[in-house]
Amino acid sequence: MTTIRTGHPRPAVRTLSVLAAAATLVLAACGSDDRGAVADTPDDTTGAATTEAAITASPGTAAPETTAENSDSDTPARIVSLSPTHTEILFAIDAGDLLVAVDEFSNHPPQALELPDELSGFEPNVEAIAGYEPDLVVIGGDFTGLGEQLDALGIAWWDGPAAMTIDDTYRQIEELGEVTGNESEAGTLVAEMQSSIEEIVAATPVPDEPLSFYHELDPTYFSADSTTFIGEVYSLLGLQNIADGAEGDAGGFPQLNAEFIVSADPDLIFLADTKCCGESAQTVAARPGWQDITAVVDGNVIEMDDDVASRWGPRIVDYLADVSDAVAAAQS
Amino acid sequence: MTRLDDELHVTGAGTGAGDVPRTSTTPSPAGDPADGASEGAAGATSVLDEADRSERRRDVRWLVSGLAFLVGAVVVGASIGPAGPEWWRVPLALVDHLPLISLDSGVSEAEWNIVWQIRMPRVVLGGLVGAALSVAGAGYQGVFRNPLVDPYLLGAAAGAGLGATLVLTVGRDATVGWPIDPVQTVAFVFALCTVAVTYFVGAAFGGTRSGATLVLAGVAVVSFVTAVQTFLLQRNLDVVREVFQWILGRLSGSTWSDVRVVTPYVLVAVAVLLLHRRHLDVFRVGDEEAATLGVSVQRTRLVIVVAATLGTAAVVSVSGLIGFVGLVVPHAIRLMAGATYRRVIPLSILFGGGFLILADVPGRMLTSPAETPIGVVTAFIGAPFFVYLLRTRKVV
Repeated sequence: MTTIRTGHPRPAVRTLSVLAAAATLVLAACGSDDRGAVADTPDDTTGAATTEAAITASPGTAAPETTAENSDSDTPARIVSLSPTHTEILFAIDAGDLLVAVDEFSNHPPQALELPDELSGFEPNVEAIAGYEPDLVVIGGDFTGLGEQLDALGIAWWDGPAAMTIDDTYRQIEELGEVTGNESEAGTLVAEMQSSIEEIVAATPVPDEPLSFYHELDPTYFSADSTTFIGEVYSLLGLQNIADGAEGDAGGFPQLNAEFIVSADPDLIFLADTKCCGESAQTVAARPGWQDITAVVDGNVIEMDDDVASRWGPRIVDYLADVSDAVAAAQS
Repeated sequence: MTRLDDELHVTGAGTGAGDVPRTSTTPSPAGDPADGASEGAAGATSVLDEADRSERRRDVRWLVSGLAFLVGAVVVGASIGPAGPEWWRVPLALVDHLPLISLDSGVSEAEWNIVWQIRMPRVVLGGLVGAALSVAGAGYQGVFRNPLVDPYLLGAAAGAGLGATLVLTVGRDATVGWPIDPVQTVAFVFALCTVAVTYFVGAAFGGTRSGATLVLAGVAVVSFVTAVQTFLLQRNLDVVREVFQWILGRLSGSTWSDVRVVTPYVLVAVAVLLLHRRHLDVFRVGDEEAATLGVSVQRTRLVIVVAATLGTAAVVSVSGLIGFVGLVVPHAIRLMAGATYRRVIPLSILFGGGFLILADVPGRMLTSPAETPIGVVTAFIGAPFFVYLLRTRKVV
């Protein structure tokens, strides 16, 4: 259920002087007037989203330098993104130029690296965020009550916690399109992703026996089962996840037993711990007892990009393509 | 000559000095390694001899029980796992792989691979870790005469945690290509350094008289080191799971190379503590009394602390912080077999090792094929058992 909350307009919380920092800069984030305009964001009741989008619309005020009439006062002009996934989405829907700061882990696309990146998404500091004078803060899961703090400052925010399904991703993309005024770009992106995924799935050769795989999150054998977002990606190609059926798993991310992995004898191993932990096909092959696993013997240990595997943004399509290639290679 | 350790034993269980009468009638050189070598001294009566022999028999009985427990634990640990051959085939396969013996166990090459390459290192490492932590805990409790002491008291765990966090956060790039595991190595070095700092702080400000000062110095140093670690972690939240995982303690990723890394240190710790078991009994009466009995208190305490720390640091650096074992196993032994360190030390080694091996079995079976953290299991099984012991023995 997507809920849009309208913020309480408040009298001057703080005055702000907008500096013409970027060419696109138009609006002040939280105005000094008390006109009490309540944003007219409609209730979006389509779809049962697991995301909660909260928009606190700030009373728009034209900055002195800008043209008199701010027709688009409800679209943000200075966005702070605290989530790498949403930074990627914002760039992909053409809203990247509205970003004034990103969190420390936002490293894609390359333009994101040029933005200030000292903010923390895990332990967000509301003062540091407010220092960028944003009129929209994009949060990737609000665990710390940041939204309330931003409400108090009259800064609009949107929260998109980790997606559980690819549909969640589509929904979050569309919501971000809405709140940034880039609905059409968002719609295009979603349509592109959907058709790409369909194409990839259709083009992937289906084996007689489903191939089994092990998705490795770290060298202590944490994995992800099919109930997770990344697990769903593999399911699209009909792969069999050896982590399924691990009882007592921690929300879909069980720590597997090494004996079990070896005896499950996966056809494919996907390493999502190449960046974090330096794992590779070589290090996996060198693990005691692992040398006889089918994936190791056949050279089907695939080094993935940790970042892509742990995010739920548009690049999941590329990830799926890589998995598809691996499936094809394993059958040839 | 009345032997000191026997006399102390008779006074019952307990780790505090207060319950030990300070009435050593015949100050004998403590630490006399020769068991029962002073027969026929003046005043030795046949009654004492009889009591003595019965004590010796109890010693042997306990030692045999401990060995049997350890061997049993190894066999059970090796036999049960989420994969691999049927459990009863494993002992056959183990016998089959002994030199000169050949029998058909029906275990395939792949199954043996699972048992030998994945399960056995875990079992052996579990035994080493359990033995080292238990004996170190017993040693620490002995020299500080404090029942609440565990092997992590002086900072071995906090130091190792900081070392591991450093490597996992800021040192990842700097340690690429090290021929040895950087996390283990740095954790080990930091563990030793932290305990050294504690020792020097304690010695500098507490003089050389009191073990209590050392304990308090440990509290201060541990707080400081933990604060640094927390700060580092908070600055690098992307590795929080790795660090947390490391701190939780685990046997799950054990390899033979881990076993090779810790074995020498554990052997040193075990050997030194075994040799000092009588000194520890003397410590029970108090520092000054021990000194009057001819024990060099400072030096002996240092030797025991260094040995216990070496073993603790080594096992912590490969298996993380496995709690409960080092604190409670020695107490359980005292409750069952008596408080004399003549028994507590060797039995801590045997039962501590066996206990951790057994605790790891539910660790890998309870949520199979997922893992349950070993620290959860040790406390979950150990705590009720300990309460049971307290209830039935009613003496601490």
